Amino acid sequence: MNIQEAKFEYLLRLGDSSLIIGHRLSEWCGHGPILEEDIALINIALDFVGNATSILAYAGQTEGNGRDEDALAYLRSEREFRNLLITEQPNGDYANTIARQFLFDTYMFFLYEELKNSKDETLAAIAVKSHKEITYHLRHTTEWMYRLGDGTAESHERLQNGLNDLWMFTPEMFDMDEVDALLIKEGIVPDLNKVKASWEKRVKEVIAEATLKLPETTFKQKGSREGKHSEHLGFLLAEMQYVHRSFPDSNW
Amino acid sequence: MSQDSQWPVWEVFLQANPGISHKHVGNVHAADAEMAIQNARDVYTRRSEGISIWVVPANAIAASSPEDQGAFFEPSNDKPYRHPTFYKIPDGVKYL
Repeated sequence: MNIQEAKFEYLLRLGDSSLIIGHRLSEWCGHGPILEEDIALINIALDFVGNATSILAYAGQTEGNGRDEDALAYLRSEREFRNLLITEQPNGDYANTIARQFLFDTYMFFLYEELKNSKDETLAAIAVKSHKEITYHLRHTTEWMYRLGDGTAESHERLQNGLNDLWMFTPEMFDMDEVDALLIKEGIVPDLNKVKASWEKRVKEVIAEATLKLPETTFKQKGSREGKHSEHLGFLLAEMQYVHRSFPDSNW
Repeated sequence: MSQDSQWPVWEVFLQANPGISHKHVGNVHAADAEMAIQNARDVYTRRSEGISIWVVPANAIAASSPEDQGAFFEPSNDKPYRHPTFYKIPDGVKYL
Protein backbone atom coordinates (compact mmCIF):
# COMPACT_ATOMS: atom_id res chain seq x y z
CA MET A 1 0.00 0.00 0.00
CA ASN A 2 1.37 3.42 -0.94
CA ILE A 3 0.53 6.82 0.52
CA GLN A 4 -2.02 7.60 -2.18
CA GLU A 5 -3.92 4.36 -1.59
CA ALA A 6 -3.83 4.88 2.15
CA LYS A 7 -5.12 8.43 1.79
CA PHE A 8 -7.99 7.31 -0.44
CA GLU A 9 -8.98 4.67 2.10
CA TYR A 10 -8.75 7.12 4.98
CA LEU A 11 -10.83 9.74 3.16
CA LEU A 12 -13.51 7.13 2.51
CA ARG A 13 -13.63 6.39 6.24
CA LEU A 14 -14.10 10.05 7.06
CA GLY A 15 -16.47 10.88 4.21
CA ASP A 16 -18.63 7.77 4.54
CA SER A 17 -19.14 8.28 8.27
CA SER A 18 -20.36 11.83 7.65
CA LEU A 19 -22.54 10.81 4.72
CA ILE A 20 -24.25 7.95 6.53
CA ILE A 21 -24.89 9.75 9.81
CA GLY A 22 -26.10 12.75 7.79
CA HIS A 23 -28.58 10.54 5.97
CA ARG A 24 -29.71 8.95 9.23
CA LEU A 25 -30.37 12.37 10.76
CA SER A 26 -32.24 13.49 7.64
CA GLU A 27 -34.77 10.75 8.39
CA TRP A 28 -35.96 12.96 11.27
CA CYS A 29 -37.15 15.58 8.76
CA GLY A 30 -40.79 16.26 9.55
CA HIS A 31 -40.68 13.95 12.59
CA GLY A 32 -38.73 16.07 15.11
CA PRO A 33 -40.20 16.39 18.61
CA ILE A 34 -40.88 20.10 18.06
CA LEU A 35 -40.58 22.38 15.06
CA GLU A 36 -37.41 24.11 16.27
CA GLU A 37 -35.66 20.82 16.99
CA ASP A 38 -36.74 19.42 13.64
CA ILE A 39 -35.03 22.38 11.94
CA ALA A 40 -31.94 22.01 14.14
CA LEU A 41 -31.55 18.32 13.32
CA ILE A 42 -31.87 18.93 9.61
CA ASN A 43 -29.35 21.78 9.74
CA ILE A 44 -26.95 19.35 11.36
CA ALA A 45 -27.77 16.64 8.81
CA LEU A 46 -26.98 19.11 6.02
CA ASP A 47 -23.66 20.01 7.64
CA PHE A 48 -22.70 16.32 7.65
CA VAL A 49 -23.69 15.84 4.02
CA GLY A 50 -21.77 19.00 3.09
CA ASN A 51 -18.70 17.70 4.88
CA ALA A 52 -19.09 14.32 3.12
CA THR A 53 -19.34 16.08 -0.25
CA SER A 54 -16.02 17.87 0.28
CA ILE A 55 -14.23 14.80 1.56
CA LEU A 56 -15.57 12.36 -1.02
CA ALA A 57 -14.77 14.81 -3.83
CA TYR A 58 -11.21 14.93 -2.53
CA ALA A 59 -11.18 11.12 -2.19
CA GLY A 60 -12.15 10.85 -5.86
CA GLN A 61 -9.33 13.19 -6.89
CA THR A 62 -6.90 11.26 -4.74
CA GLU A 63 -7.93 7.95 -6.29
CA GLY A 64 -7.46 9.41 -9.79
CA ASN A 65 -9.90 7.10 -11.57
CA GLY A 66 -12.39 9.81 -12.51
CA ARG A 67 -14.90 9.07 -9.76
CA ASP A 68 -16.54 12.17 -8.29
CA GLU A 69 -18.37 12.52 -4.95
CA ASP A 70 -21.66 11.36 -6.48
CA ALA A 71 -20.10 8.24 -7.95
CA LEU A 72 -18.61 7.41 -4.56
CA ALA A 73 -21.81 8.12 -2.63
CA TYR A 74 -24.34 6.52 -4.94
CA LEU A 75 -22.55 3.86 -6.92
CA ARG A 76 -20.83 1.78 -4.28
CA SER A 77 -22.45 -1.12 -2.47
CA GLU A 78 -22.39 -1.73 1.26
CA ARG A 79 -19.20 -3.82 1.39
CA GLU A 80 -17.37 -0.88 -0.19
CA PHE A 81 -18.54 1.58 2.47
CA ARG A 82 -16.13 2.43 5.27
CA ASN A 83 -18.40 4.38 7.64
CA LEU A 84 -18.18 3.55 11.33
CA LEU A 85 -20.88 1.13 12.48
CA ILE A 86 -22.28 3.63 14.97
CA THR A 87 -23.21 6.02 12.15
CA GLU A 88 -25.53 3.54 10.44
CA GLN A 89 -27.47 2.55 13.57
CA PRO A 90 -31.19 3.36 13.32
CA ASN A 91 -32.52 6.53 14.95
CA GLY A 92 -34.65 4.69 17.51
CA ASP A 93 -36.40 7.10 19.84
CA TYR A 94 -35.21 10.66 20.27
CA ALA A 95 -33.01 9.82 23.26
CA ASN A 96 -31.34 7.06 21.24
CA THR A 97 -30.56 9.53 18.45
CA ILE A 98 -29.12 11.98 20.98
CA ALA A 99 -26.94 9.23 22.51
CA ARG A 100 -25.61 8.29 19.07
CA GLN A 101 -24.98 11.89 18.09
CA PHE A 102 -23.26 12.69 21.37
CA LEU A 103 -20.85 9.74 21.14
CA PHE A 104 -20.07 10.46 17.50
CA ASP A 105 -20.03 14.28 17.67
CA THR A 106 -17.55 14.16 20.54
CA TYR A 107 -15.34 11.84 18.49
CA MET A 108 -15.59 14.04 15.43
CA PHE A 109 -14.86 17.17 17.47
CA PHE A 110 -11.53 15.88 18.75
CA LEU A 111 -10.60 14.11 15.50
CA TYR A 112 -11.16 17.18 13.33
CA GLU A 113 -9.38 19.36 15.86
CA GLU A 114 -6.30 17.24 15.11
CA LEU A 115 -6.96 17.11 11.37
CA LYS A 116 -6.76 20.92 11.26
CA ASN A 117 -3.00 20.43 11.69
CA SER A 118 -2.72 17.92 8.84
CA LYS A 119 0.25 18.35 6.53
CA ASP A 120 -2.21 17.69 3.71
CA GLU A 121 -3.41 21.21 2.93
CA THR A 122 -6.76 20.21 1.42
CA LEU A 123 -7.65 17.98 4.34
CA ALA A 124 -6.56 20.67 6.81
CA ALA A 125 -8.74 23.27 5.03
CA ILE A 126 -11.80 20.98 5.10
CA ALA A 127 -11.14 20.29 8.78
CA VAL A 128 -10.98 23.99 9.67
CA LYS A 129 -14.37 24.63 8.05
CA SER A 130 -15.98 21.50 9.46
CA HIS A 131 -14.67 21.98 12.98
CA LYS A 132 -16.76 25.14 13.41
CA GLU A 133 -19.89 23.24 12.44
CA ILE A 134 -18.99 20.29 14.66
CA THR A 135 -18.43 22.61 17.62
CA TYR A 136 -22.06 23.67 17.34
CA HIS A 137 -23.31 20.09 16.83
CA LEU A 138 -21.53 19.03 19.99
CA ARG A 139 -22.93 21.94 21.97
CA HIS A 140 -26.42 21.04 20.78
CA THR A 141 -26.22 17.32 21.54
CA THR A 142 -24.43 17.88 24.86
CA GLU A 143 -27.26 20.18 26.01
CA TRP A 144 -29.72 17.42 25.17
CA MET A 145 -27.64 14.89 27.13
CA TYR A 146 -28.08 17.06 30.23
CA ARG A 147 -31.75 17.71 29.58
CA LEU A 148 -32.75 14.11 28.98
CA GLY A 149 -30.30 12.53 31.44
CA ASP A 150 -31.17 14.93 34.24
CA GLY A 151 -34.80 15.27 33.13
CA THR A 152 -37.69 12.98 33.99
CA ALA A 153 -37.38 9.34 35.06
CA GLU A 154 -38.55 8.30 31.60
CA SER A 155 -36.14 10.53 29.64
CA HIS A 156 -33.29 9.38 31.89
CA GLU A 157 -34.11 5.72 31.30
CA ARG A 158 -34.46 6.13 27.55
CA LEU A 159 -31.14 7.94 27.24
CA GLN A 160 -29.38 5.40 29.45
CA ASN A 161 -30.77 2.59 27.26
CA GLY A 162 -29.54 4.40 24.15
CA LEU A 163 -26.04 4.74 25.59
CA ASN A 164 -25.97 1.11 26.72
CA ASP A 165 -27.06 -0.13 23.28
CA LEU A 166 -24.56 1.97 21.34
CA TRP A 167 -21.56 1.61 23.60
CA MET A 168 -20.25 -1.54 21.88
CA PHE A 169 -19.76 0.46 18.67
CA THR A 170 -17.45 3.06 20.24
CA PRO A 171 -14.10 1.17 20.49
CA GLU A 172 -14.10 0.82 16.70
CA MET A 173 -13.76 4.59 16.35
CA PHE A 174 -10.19 4.36 17.64
CA ASP A 175 -8.99 1.28 15.76
CA MET A 176 -5.85 1.88 13.73
CA ASP A 177 -4.30 -0.21 11.01
CA GLU A 178 -1.72 -0.01 8.22
CA VAL A 179 -3.56 2.96 6.68
CA ASP A 180 -3.28 5.00 9.85
CA ALA A 181 0.33 3.99 10.44
CA LEU A 182 1.41 5.15 6.97
CA LEU A 183 -0.42 8.48 7.21
CA ILE A 184 0.59 9.22 10.81
CA LYS A 185 4.21 8.89 9.73
CA GLU A 186 3.62 11.52 7.03
CA GLY A 187 1.90 13.89 9.49
CA ILE A 188 -1.35 13.69 7.49
CA VAL A 189 -3.59 12.19 10.20
CA PRO A 190 -3.44 12.04 13.99
CA ASP A 191 -2.73 9.11 16.26
CA LEU A 192 -6.20 8.04 17.36
CA ASN A 193 -4.94 7.21 20.85
CA LYS A 194 -4.67 10.94 21.42
CA VAL A 195 -8.24 11.45 20.18
CA LYS A 196 -9.36 8.56 22.36
CA ALA A 197 -7.94 10.11 25.54
CA SER A 198 -9.77 13.39 24.92
CA TRP A 199 -12.97 11.56 23.92
CA GLU A 200 -13.00 9.38 27.04
CA LYS A 201 -12.42 12.35 29.32
CA ARG A 202 -15.21 14.44 27.81
CA VAL A 203 -17.70 11.58 27.53
CA LYS A 204 -17.16 10.61 31.16
CA GLU A 205 -17.62 14.21 32.31
CA VAL A 206 -20.87 14.71 30.41
CA ILE A 207 -22.30 11.33 31.41
CA ALA A 208 -21.60 12.10 35.08
CA GLU A 209 -23.02 15.62 34.82
CA ALA A 210 -26.14 14.22 33.13
CA THR A 211 -26.58 11.85 36.12
CA LEU A 212 -26.13 8.85 33.80
CA LYS A 213 -23.98 5.75 34.25
CA LEU A 214 -21.05 4.86 32.07
CA PRO A 215 -22.14 1.67 30.24
CA GLU A 216 -20.42 -1.46 31.46
CA THR A 217 -20.47 -3.30 28.14
CA THR A 218 -17.05 -4.56 27.24
CA PHE A 219 -18.12 -6.28 24.02
CA LYS A 220 -16.70 -4.61 20.93
CA GLN A 221 -18.52 -4.70 17.62
CA LYS A 222 -16.25 -3.82 14.73
CA GLY A 223 -15.90 -4.44 11.02
CA SER A 224 -16.32 -1.17 9.12
CA ARG A 225 -12.61 -0.97 8.26
CA GLU A 226 -13.14 -4.10 6.13
CA GLY A 227 -16.59 -3.06 4.92
CA LYS A 228 -18.40 -5.45 7.24
CA HIS A 229 -21.55 -3.69 8.33
CA SER A 230 -24.66 -4.27 10.39
CA GLU A 231 -27.81 -5.28 8.53
CA HIS A 232 -29.06 -1.68 8.71
CA LEU A 233 -26.70 -0.20 6.12
CA GLY A 234 -28.19 -2.06 3.14
CA PHE A 235 -31.64 -0.64 3.79
CA LEU A 236 -30.24 2.83 4.25
CA LEU A 237 -28.30 2.66 0.98
CA ALA A 238 -31.31 1.29 -0.89
CA GLU A 239 -33.23 4.42 0.04
CA MET A 240 -30.34 6.84 -0.36
CA GLN A 241 -29.14 5.51 -3.72
CA TYR A 242 -32.45 4.63 -5.35
CA VAL A 243 -33.05 7.81 -7.34
CA HIS A 244 -29.49 8.13 -8.57
CA ARG A 245 -29.38 4.52 -9.71
CA SER A 246 -32.80 4.69 -11.36
CA PHE A 247 -32.01 7.87 -13.27
CA PRO A 248 -28.22 7.86 -13.68
CA ASP A 249 -26.60 11.21 -14.41
CA SER A 250 -29.90 13.05 -14.71
CA ASN A 251 -29.87 16.79 -14.04
CA TRP A 252 -32.68 18.61 -12.29
CA MET B 1 -57.61 30.18 21.54
CA SER B 2 -56.46 26.68 22.39
CA GLN B 3 -53.89 26.20 25.12
CA ASP B 4 -50.35 26.10 23.73
CA SER B 5 -49.02 22.65 24.64
CA GLN B 6 -45.43 23.53 23.76
CA TRP B 7 -42.58 25.09 25.71
CA PRO B 8 -42.70 28.79 26.60
CA VAL B 9 -42.34 31.35 23.84
CA TRP B 10 -39.21 33.48 23.58
CA GLU B 11 -39.01 36.59 21.43
CA VAL B 12 -35.90 36.71 19.25
CA PHE B 13 -33.84 39.81 18.44
CA LEU B 14 -30.94 39.80 16.00
CA GLN B 15 -28.13 42.24 15.46
CA ALA B 16 -27.23 42.27 11.79
CA ASN B 17 -23.97 44.22 12.05
CA PRO B 18 -21.76 45.64 14.79
CA GLY B 19 -22.97 48.93 16.21
CA ILE B 20 -26.60 48.77 15.15
CA SER B 21 -29.47 47.85 17.41
CA HIS B 22 -30.95 44.37 17.78
CA LYS B 23 -34.13 43.99 15.76
CA HIS B 24 -37.11 41.79 16.51
CA VAL B 25 -37.29 38.92 14.01
CA GLY B 26 -39.81 36.47 15.46
CA ASN B 27 -40.05 33.90 18.23
CA VAL B 28 -39.21 30.32 19.20
CA HIS B 29 -40.36 27.76 21.74
CA ALA B 30 -37.77 26.68 24.31
CA ALA B 31 -37.52 25.28 27.82
CA ASP B 32 -34.82 27.74 28.90
CA ALA B 33 -32.51 30.50 27.71
CA GLU B 34 -29.74 28.26 26.34
CA MET B 35 -32.22 26.25 24.29
CA ALA B 36 -33.89 29.46 23.14
CA ILE B 37 -30.59 30.84 21.85
CA GLN B 38 -29.79 27.58 20.04
CA ASN B 39 -33.26 27.40 18.52
CA ALA B 40 -33.06 31.05 17.45
CA ARG B 41 -29.69 30.32 15.87
CA ASP B 42 -31.13 27.39 13.95
CA VAL B 43 -34.35 29.07 12.87
CA TYR B 44 -33.28 32.65 12.20
CA THR B 45 -29.56 32.76 11.31
CA ARG B 46 -29.18 30.08 8.64
CA ARG B 47 -28.44 32.65 5.95
CA SER B 48 -25.99 34.91 7.78
CA GLU B 49 -28.68 37.26 9.07
CA GLY B 50 -26.93 38.16 12.27
CA ILE B 51 -23.87 38.35 14.49
CA SER B 52 -25.59 38.47 17.88
CA ILE B 53 -28.79 37.02 19.32
CA TRP B 54 -30.96 38.22 22.19
CA VAL B 55 -33.83 36.11 23.47
CA VAL B 56 -36.44 37.40 25.89
CA PRO B 57 -39.22 35.38 27.53
CA ALA B 58 -42.37 36.60 25.79
CA ASN B 59 -44.19 36.88 29.12
CA ALA B 60 -41.50 39.29 30.38
CA ILE B 61 -42.57 41.86 27.81
CA ALA B 62 -45.14 44.35 29.09
CA ALA B 63 -47.16 45.82 26.24
CA SER B 64 -49.59 48.67 25.81
CA SER B 65 -53.09 47.48 25.01
CA PRO B 66 -55.00 48.31 21.83
CA GLU B 67 -57.55 50.30 23.88
CA ASP B 68 -54.77 52.66 24.91
CA GLN B 69 -54.22 53.79 21.35
CA GLY B 70 -56.48 56.81 21.56
CA ALA B 71 -55.17 58.17 24.84
CA PHE B 72 -51.56 57.25 24.17
CA PHE B 73 -50.86 58.13 20.59
CA GLU B 74 -53.56 60.26 19.00
CA PRO B 75 -52.89 63.45 20.98
CA SER B 76 -49.59 63.84 19.15
CA ASN B 77 -51.29 63.74 15.75
CA ASP B 78 -52.20 67.44 15.85
CA LYS B 79 -48.93 68.66 17.30
CA PRO B 80 -46.71 69.01 14.25
CA TYR B 81 -44.53 71.51 16.11
CA ARG B 82 -42.96 68.54 17.89
CA HIS B 83 -41.19 67.68 14.66
CA PRO B 84 -38.03 69.61 13.89
CA THR B 85 -39.23 69.98 10.30
CA PHE B 86 -42.03 72.24 11.61
CA TYR B 87 -39.58 75.07 12.07
CA LYS B 88 -38.15 77.20 9.34
CA ILE B 89 -34.44 77.73 9.62
CA PRO B 90 -33.69 81.46 9.65
CA ASP B 91 -31.42 82.71 6.91
CA GLY B 92 -27.92 83.15 8.09
CA VAL B 93 -27.84 80.18 10.47
CA LYS B 94 -24.88 78.06 9.66
CA TYR B 95 -23.86 74.60 10.66
CA LEU B 96 -27.34 73.33 11.44
